[in-house]
Amino acid sequence: MAPLQLTGQVLDVRRAGMYTVLSLTAPGLAERTKPGHFLNIGIGGEESGLLLRRAFAIYQVQSRGVYGGSVDIVVGVHGKGTQWIADRRRHDNLSIVGPLGKPFTLPKDPANCILVGGGYGTAPLFMLADQLRERGCRVDVIAGAATEEKLFGTLEIKRAASTLTVTTEDGSMGVQGRVTDVLDDIITKTKADVIYACGPMGMLAAVANVAAARGVYSQCSVEESMACGIGVCMTCVLPVIGDDGVTRMVRSCVEGPVFRGDQVRWSDVGTVPADTLGAPTGGH
Amino acid sequence: MSRALITRGPAGSAVDLPAVDMSTSIGDFETPMPVFTASGCAAAGKELDQFFDITHIGGIVTKSVMMSARSGRATPRMAETPSGMLNSIGLQGPGIDAFIDHDLAWLRQRGARTVVSIAGGSVEEYGKLAAKLRNVEGISAIEVNISCPNVEDRGQVFACDPNSAAQVIQAVKRNSDTKVPIIAKLSPDVTNIVTIAQAVERAGADAVAVINTTLGMVIDLETMRPALAGITGGLSGPAIRPMAVRCVWQIHQALPNLPILGMGGIRNGEDALQFILAGASAVSVGTVTFHDPSAPMRVQDELEVALALRGFTTLHEAIGYAHRGPDVPEVAEEQE
Repeated sequence: MAPLQLTGQVLDVRRAGMYTVLSLTAPGLAERTKPGHFLNIGIGGEESGLLLRRAFAIYQVQSRGVYGGSVDIVVGVHGKGTQWIADRRRHDNLSIVGPLGKPFTLPKDPANCILVGGGYGTAPLFMLADQLRERGCRVDVIAGAATEEKLFGTLEIKRAASTLTVTTEDGSMGVQGRVTDVLDDIITKTKADVIYACGPMGMLAAVANVAAARGVYSQCSVEESMACGIGVCMTCVLPVIGDDGVTRMVRSCVEGPVFRGDQVRWSDVGTVPADTLGAPTGGH
Repeated sequence: MSRALITRGPAGSAVDLPAVDMSTSIGDFETPMPVFTASGCAAAGKELDQFFDITHIGGIVTKSVMMSARSGRATPRMAETPSGMLNSIGLQGPGIDAFIDHDLAWLRQRGARTVVSIAGGSVEEYGKLAAKLRNVEGISAIEVNISCPNVEDRGQVFACDPNSAAQVIQAVKRNSDTKVPIIAKLSPDVTNIVTIAQAVERAGADAVAVINTTLGMVIDLETMRPALAGITGGLSGPAIRPMAVRCVWQIHQALPNLPILGMGGIRNGEDALQFILAGASAVSVGTVTFHDPSAPMRVQDELEVALALRGFTTLHEAIGYAHRGPDVPEVAEEQE
């Protein structure tokens, strides 16, 4: 289904650790949203000097209710644009485009699934966990961050998971270390078939490598800086190996943000590998 | 046209306005509507068609395509700037054959008016690209991008030298259908843009597209290195609008019969009207599409209202209207 472009009104703003959760009216969005989809939001008004929309993973959707449907996003402040969004108050209007991107693929048959979230990368995993459980899948969650305050939603996600393992690099909560320090054991214990991950690129690369080493299928939702979010600007590209074995610079907004972990060339992200289709040969 | 426009007057009251004849032409390409996408800001139309009916605007100007598939540059390719952005994509694209087979075929089947933008690394490549497009159905015009700043050898930006610019246009002209107009896309990064416009007109260009991005740079204060992998990038968006309007004005003043496709930071209908009044026959909406994916359609609707509010019944009357002589005081009727 095609994405919608609409004006949503802020229903609720709440703090969650170092993040801000916004609930927005968004009629029609819930019905179209699958776990892993994202939306983007325009900054400022008509004359805003910040032209580029900011992208957010869709955290929760409600298809009914007095507002005819709403959507929740988790905002981490990284600069002026995200600060502006975090500063919105009830009844403010926001320009929303979504749902966007390619969502997570769900297994047809019940499977053992590990969901790995880094920081507020847990946001899209809530809907995913619910839908996996509805399909009879086992869901185990690993949530990791540098410190406790950078974790998001750990209490809440516990409800949808058989087990929750928390890691922090400073040991302020859970196991001291990184998600990959516990992943290998949890793969063994749960006899995992699939790993779903969302978080910073370094974490995704590490998770995809562990999954590959253990022969487990993985899907990673990447975080690349985007301008348009709809596939026209070509800024959010990364090197991905196609089913035909050929590496291409692909758009994370429309061909992602969810990619198979074994198809992204993690160590080459930020570069154009020499064997990429159409890579510079010196003739360019 | 029997349509009427309804808009809001200054006091917020509804105002009925007569519809405006928005038809225009770029050389022999006649179009019922004057607002186009800008090359590199609309891919090949398919993505934007989800947000508005692309057959309702003037047309799609596709992303500049080269002979071979091209990966483009490394990332970061983009940096946000005040009222604009820098980009350094490096002409990523599928190559002309795949473009004709897939993108152009889709646009033709969709019924969209299409301006195909081509870019070459040499005069010869431009000629070959034009030859590839000869006898291909569904091309309203060819935009010759001689001004992309994101090529490896920036000293070779053809639009910065009148002789190189003319050679490219001659090569395209020689190899393309005589009935398909050729639009030369010019760079603002020149001492005198009129000199370049005159050179491409003499070489056979039927129109000019004005302007491409202007070269810019941002330093990332965290890394204390250039923010873009390509070091420099093309600046676009409302930040460059006054520069673009100036270029359109200068070219229209010097070459009043050369059609101009005006662009550079158009955000709304009133911005588009500035370009028309300065001398553009049609306009493109580019970077603002990243902010508002339905911008080309919205700008076109707003332009019609902006024209009607000023008493224009056709777009044509407004082209270059800002160049008219001093207004004559209306006192003549009292003389007998």
